[in-house]
Amino acid sequence: MGLGDVYRQQFRTTLASFIQYRASIFIWTIDRILEPLIYLVVWSAVARATGGSVGGFDTAQFAAYFIVLMLVTQVTYTWVMFEYEYKIRHGSLSFALLRPIHPIHTDLVDNVSSKLITLPLMLAAAAVLVVLFRPVFSPPPWAAALFVPALLLAFGVKFAVEWTLSLSAFWTTRVGAINQGYFVAALFLSGQMAPLSLLPHPLQVAAAILPFRWMISFPVELLLGRLSPGQAMTGLAAQAAWLALALLLLRTVWRAGVRVYAAVGA
Amino acid sequence: MRLLRLLWVFFRVGAMGELAYRTNFFLQLLESAIDLGTALGGLAVVFSYTATLGGWRPEEVAALIGVFFLVGGAIRLVIQPSMEQLIESVREGTLDFTLTKPEDSQLLASIQRVEIWKLTDFVLGIAVIIVSLGRLGTHVGALQLAAFAAALVAGGLIVYSFWVILASLSFWFVRVENILVIFQSIYEAGRWPVTLYPRWLRVGLTFLVPVAFATTVPAQALAGRLSWQTLAGAFALSALLFVAARIVWTRGSRRYSGASA
Repeated sequence: MGLGDVYRQQFRTTLASFIQYRASIFIWTIDRILEPLIYLVVWSAVARATGGSVGGFDTAQFAAYFIVLMLVTQVTYTWVMFEYEYKIRHGSLSFALLRPIHPIHTDLVDNVSSKLITLPLMLAAAAVLVVLFRPVFSPPPWAAALFVPALLLAFGVKFAVEWTLSLSAFWTTRVGAINQGYFVAALFLSGQMAPLSLLPHPLQVAAAILPFRWMISFPVELLLGRLSPGQAMTGLAAQAAWLALALLLLRTVWRAGVRVYAAVGA
Repeated sequence: MRLLRLLWVFFRVGAMGELAYRTNFFLQLLESAIDLGTALGGLAVVFSYTATLGGWRPEEVAALIGVFFLVGGAIRLVIQPSMEQLIESVREGTLDFTLTKPEDSQLLASIQRVEIWKLTDFVLGIAVIIVSLGRLGTHVGALQLAAFAAALVAGGLIVYSFWVILASLSFWFVRVENILVIFQSIYEAGRWPVTLYPRWLRVGLTFLVPVAFATTVPAQALAGRLSWQTLAGAFALSALLFVAARIVWTRGSRRYSGASA
């Protein structure tokens, strides 16, 4: 039985179970709709207060930014950091370790299934916001084409980085503070709170050196037509480099972590 | 006053349970501080581009964030844990223990669990309010402080009644925790003045999910922009919701049949 068969079977199982227990998945979706909406409203107010435009964004461009951001977040979100704290602390990771397949495959399928289920709601929300806020953006065709690989790489980087970070739960049972620090950094540095170009310069540099810009902001900037072809290629290269580095770290940390893992009751 | 005496008892019970785990206090303090730093950092970024936001000055929005932490802290300190406990005891049939006690059952159920470390949000909120008041300086008179206190009481009552109504739905439906989680999500919108939001959203945040009265209205009082009509409206709504909560609670607890009965 190849990996393809495993994925197909896992998809069938998780889709069925998510359709059964859909409530909590939809609650997370409300969060993902509400957050960009709040910042869209705030930045539109700033644009109006300063005569129509802030740092190259007017209200219609802010609308475009945050609506595209919302859809990019839908594709890239993960919850592994919460899940692994629980799994490792309560020892339920043991079941996953007994299966003859790396647990990351199951997590990936779970993640993609939840996105497929909530996608209609997300698209409906985006459509409503488009009508209400009238976004304006016109990406050149090459940027729209590169958006797809940029989006997939963004998801890859985010998933690999967060999966690796979630393994810190092997060494400490109190990962709440680590998670929170990471999420705050991501809020500012991945462009969720404001377009990165509006942040102070040191933060912009940090966002580009660390993986944050490449996890969410970069595909949004690309689709909004704010990057030159050269910047786009550099960005894709940075994404590929971060993905490779994160996967390498993931392997190393996972091997070390499983060795120190002592499940409760095992 | 009986309410305060009972609240103190439950607070002491909560403290006795938690004082053994003092690391939790520092972790919670760290979490609250990061959360507050994030909110103020966001404020700094926004106000680096503009002097006022929809007519609000930076100190006024900072005061609003203080109110947001104060009210949110109060919710997470006692209302949320107690209501979650209530939902669970309705499902498990252990509410008998609350109903048979010689005290008002709604009151007991509302304060039955206190998560004392959430005091950090509460205290940090007060500190932020005081600091921003200091920076607003002479603009704030005694009248404004009185209006602030009144708005806070009305807002607190509105939020409390709203939680009781939602949690009491568990007498009719089995799974209602999710509704509470949705309320927590939507409460986040209260970090910013609701006057910024477009009309449909503002109406929703005022009447559908009463976030506006809990955070924006008290902050408006501090900024001296609260009309007496709004304050009167807040009190009318709080009275209405309080009575509604009482009715829903009475009807609901009459439906409750216990696990062994």
